[in-house]
Amino acid sequence: MSAATPVSSAQGQESGNLLDVENLVVEYPTKVFRGKPFRALTDINITIGRGETLGLVGESGSGKTTLGRAVLGLAPVTKGQVIFEGQDISHASRKDRRALSRDMQVVFQDPYTSLNPALEIGAILAEPLGVQGIPAAAAKKRVAELLDQVGLPKDAVNRLPREFSGGQRQRVAIARALALSPKLIVCDEAVSALDLTTQARVLDLLLQIQLDTGVSYLFISHDLDVVRHISHRVAVMYRGEIVEQGVSGIVTQTPVHPYTQRLLLASPVPDPDRQAVRREERRRLIDSQRELENQASIPA
Amino acid sequence: MTASVTPEIATGQTGTVVRSTAIRRLLKNPLGLASVIILAVIVLLALFAPILAPFGENYANIGKTLAAPDSVNILGTDSSGRDVWSRLLFGSQITLLSAVLCAAVAVALGLPAGLIAGYYGGLFETTSNWVISILMSLPGLIVLLTIRAAFGPSVWISMVAFGILISPSYFLLTRTAVRAVRNELYVDAARVSGLSDLSIMGRHIFSVVRAPIIIQTAGICGVAIAIQSGLEFLGLGDPTMATWGVMLSEGFKNVYLTPTLLLWPALAIALTIGALVLLGNAIRDALEDGEKIKAPKVSKVAGSVKANTGNHAVQKGTEHHLVKVTNLGVGYPQADGSIKKVVDDVSFHVDRGEVLGIVGESGSGKSQTAFSILGLLPDTARIVGGTIQFDGNYTVQPGDDRVNQQRLSKIRGRRVSYIPQEPMSNLDPAFTIGYQLVTPMVRVLGISKSEAKKRAMKLLEDVGITYPERTFKAYPHEVSGGMAQRVLIAGAISCEPDLVIADEPTTALDVTVQAEVLDLLRGLQSRLNIGVILVTHNFGVVSDLCDRVVVMQNGRLVEEGDVREILRNPKEKYTQTLLSSMLEGKTPMTMLVSTVEEVAL
Repeated sequence: MSAATPVSSAQGQESGNLLDVENLVVEYPTKVFRGKPFRALTDINITIGRGETLGLVGESGSGKTTLGRAVLGLAPVTKGQVIFEGQDISHASRKDRRALSRDMQVVFQDPYTSLNPALEIGAILAEPLGVQGIPAAAAKKRVAELLDQVGLPKDAVNRLPREFSGGQRQRVAIARALALSPKLIVCDEAVSALDLTTQARVLDLLLQIQLDTGVSYLFISHDLDVVRHISHRVAVMYRGEIVEQGVSGIVTQTPVHPYTQRLLLASPVPDPDRQAVRREERRRLIDSQRELENQASIPA
Repeated sequence: MTASVTPEIATGQTGTVVRSTAIRRLLKNPLGLASVIILAVIVLLALFAPILAPFGENYANIGKTLAAPDSVNILGTDSSGRDVWSRLLFGSQITLLSAVLCAAVAVALGLPAGLIAGYYGGLFETTSNWVISILMSLPGLIVLLTIRAAFGPSVWISMVAFGILISPSYFLLTRTAVRAVRNELYVDAARVSGLSDLSIMGRHIFSVVRAPIIIQTAGICGVAIAIQSGLEFLGLGDPTMATWGVMLSEGFKNVYLTPTLLLWPALAIALTIGALVLLGNAIRDALEDGEKIKAPKVSKVAGSVKANTGNHAVQKGTEHHLVKVTNLGVGYPQADGSIKKVVDDVSFHVDRGEVLGIVGESGSGKSQTAFSILGLLPDTARIVGGTIQFDGNYTVQPGDDRVNQQRLSKIRGRRVSYIPQEPMSNLDPAFTIGYQLVTPMVRVLGISKSEAKKRAMKLLEDVGITYPERTFKAYPHEVSGGMAQRVLIAGAISCEPDLVIADEPTTALDVTVQAEVLDLLRGLQSRLNIGVILVTHNFGVVSDLCDRVVVMQNGRLVEEGDVREILRNPKEKYTQTLLSSMLEGKTPMTMLVSTVEEVAL
C-alpha cells in the first residue's frame, strides 16, 4: 500500500470513502491494425463507503463486470482514477497489488471455474495467506476459522472442489476472499449461478459477514431483486455508462432513467395476477417510451 | 523412458489425490500394465547391462563369426564374432538414453517457451511463432544428415538436434493448453491474491499442461528411437558404439546368412516403441476417461433384457391427455452395478392448450423428465419404471427400459418440439439461420424449398423479428442471444406441433429480453393452442406463463396443482422453502432463510 502514489487532489482523502472511482474509462485495443479501440467503460464515477454495499446492475455487455475488474486491476485503466483509501491504484504495480490484496478481494460468478480443480480446499484457502508471508501453522488455523465462518465442515480442508456442490464451492470462494479480512470484496455475479434456496443462504451469509466484519461490497449482478436486497446504494449501468445511481430504495422502486424503468418491470413476480398487472404496466411503459423517442427524433 | 516419466508424476506439487488414482487406473488397464512392465524390464536390463552382459560390447571373437545360439553366446554372434546378447544390452543403454536426451531437450525448449507465450502473448508469442514456423518447415532428415556431416557421427549430437527440431510440438501443445486456462477465473483470483506470475504459472497453469506433456513425451521418445535407429540403419551412426540401429544395419548385411541377426534388434526396437505408444494411450485413458471404461460392460447386461415389442393400449379414459407421464423412473447404471435414480415415480399430464410448469432446483430431475418425453436421454440412461403416453399412444410402454426411438421419431419434430436453454449453442454456426429453419420443414412437412422459405419468413415475422429477410440470411454469430432464441422458437413451431417442451428457455437471457421472449411464448401458445411443458427454476416465469405447476425435488414430485394454488398456498414444506427464497417483496438487508449457524448445506 505504502508504495502506491498518494493522490494529489485531496478529494479522495477527505471524502473518507473506501473507494472512489473518478471519470474512469476502459478501452481494449482491437485486433485490427491501428483500429479504433473498443470502449468498454465511459466516464464512470462511483464511491463506496466503509461497511457499505454498492449494487451494480445492468444487462450482459453493459460493462458492469469490466468495472469490477478495473477496480481489481484486471482490466486496463485508460483514463481516470481508481482511488482506494486515498491512494491512486489505477496503475498499481504487481508489488502494490500484493499489498492491496490484503484489503481488496473478489468472489466470481462461476464457482466451478473460480476454484482450481487440482488443488485441495485447504491449499486454495491458504494461497492468499501464503502470499502475505503468513507462516504455515498460522495459515492452517486461519483456514479452519474461515471454514467455520462460511459454514463448511472442517474436513473440507483435504477435499477437492469437485466433491462440493455449487453452493458449497461458492462458500469456499467467499472464504478465500475473507482470508485476509479485506475491507472491500468485489462480488461479480456471486449468486447468479446458484439455485434459489442456495442463493438465499449465500446472500444471508454475505449480509452476516458484513454485520460481523464491516466489510464493503461492490455487488455486481444482472438481477435487480438481488441487488435491491443486499445493497445500500445502487448504480445502474447501460452500454458502458452509469445511467442512474442513488439510494437503493429509490433507484429500485422509483427509477428515473427509462432503462431502469424497463428493467424494473421486466422482472416477473411470483403471482399470476400481479404479474398480469405488471405485464400491462410494462407494455404501457414501453409504448410511452417509444412515443417519447419518436417525438424527440422529430425536430421541432 | 519410465525412469524419466515416473518422477514427473510423483513429484507433482498439486492434487496428490488425483495423481494416485490416475496411476491406479493406469495399472488397472491391461495395456497400461503390460507396457509399464515391458518398459520396466527394458530399463532394468539397460541399467544392469555391465553386470548382465557376458562380454564387452566390442569384444570380438574372430574365430566364431555368425555363430548360431549356444550356451556361451545365447543369441549367437555377428559377422565380427561379437556376442549379440551383450550388444543388445549395451545398445539398450544408448538407445534409451538418447531418446530421453531428445525428449529432455524438446521439453526444455518447448515447455517454458509455450508457457510464456501462452500466458503473456504479445511480442514473445509473435517472435516464437516465427521461430517455430521456421523449425517446422525444415526437412528434419536433411538437417540431421547435415549435422552429421558437420559434427561427425555422434548419437548425442544428432539427438540434441532432433530434440530442437521436435520442440515446436511441445511449444504448440503448451501454448494451447495455457491459453485455454489463462482467463480462467481461478487464475484471476490468484492475481487478485497478489501471486507473482511465476507462482501462478507453477501452481495453477503447469498442472494443466502436465498430463498432455507426459503423454506427448511417451510418443516423442518412441519417435526419437525410430529416427535414431533409422539413421544408424542407413549407416550414418557411430560404428564404434553398440546400438540397436547399428545392429540392425549389421544384420541387414547378413540377412541371407543369418536372418536372426536382423530379428533381435528389430524385436527390441518394436517392443520398446510399441510399449511407449501404448503407455501414452493408457496414460491418456487413465487421466481423461476415468470411470467410463466400465460403462459398456454394464450396458451389455442391461441391454440383454429384451425390450418388449408390440403395442400396448393405454389405460381407458386417459386418451384425451396430450401427454401423460405415469410413475416414471429414470436411472443411470453405476460402475458398481447399482442404478442411480434421477427421476423416481413421477406422474403428471398435460392437455392441449395447457401450459405446465416443472419447477425445481438443479438435480431435481426436471430436465431428465422433459428429455424422457422427448426421447433425448443419453444412451446410458435407463427407464426403470412407469410409462409415457403421447396423444393416446405409448412412447414408453410398461416394461420398456429405454425410450422407443422408432415410435418417437414419428412424432418428434412433427408433433413435439423443443426450445433449449442455450440458444447460441443450439444453432449450428456453419449454416445460415434460414437454412436451419428450411431444412427441417422440407423434411418433416414434405414441402418444396421455396415454400419452406416463404413459411420461414412468415415465422420469423411471427416471432417478432423486425427484418426477417436479413435474419434469414444471417449466420448465428451475427445475431444476439435474444434473437437466436426467437429463431429457435420459430423453429420449434415451424412444423405446427401439438406440444412444445421448453427447457429453461429464458435463463440465459437478460431480464428485459426474457420479458419479451415470455410475451412471445404466451402469444404463440394461445394463438396456436399448443400444449407447453415449461421447465424452469424461476417462479416469476411460472407465474407469467403457466396454468398448472409441478414441483420436483431430488427426482421426486413434491407437489402438483393450479398455479395460483401452488404459488399462494403451497402445502409442502419444500415448496414453501422455495417460495420463501424469492427476493421479491422481502425487506432488503434482512436474513432470508436462517441465521448463519443454521446454514449447513
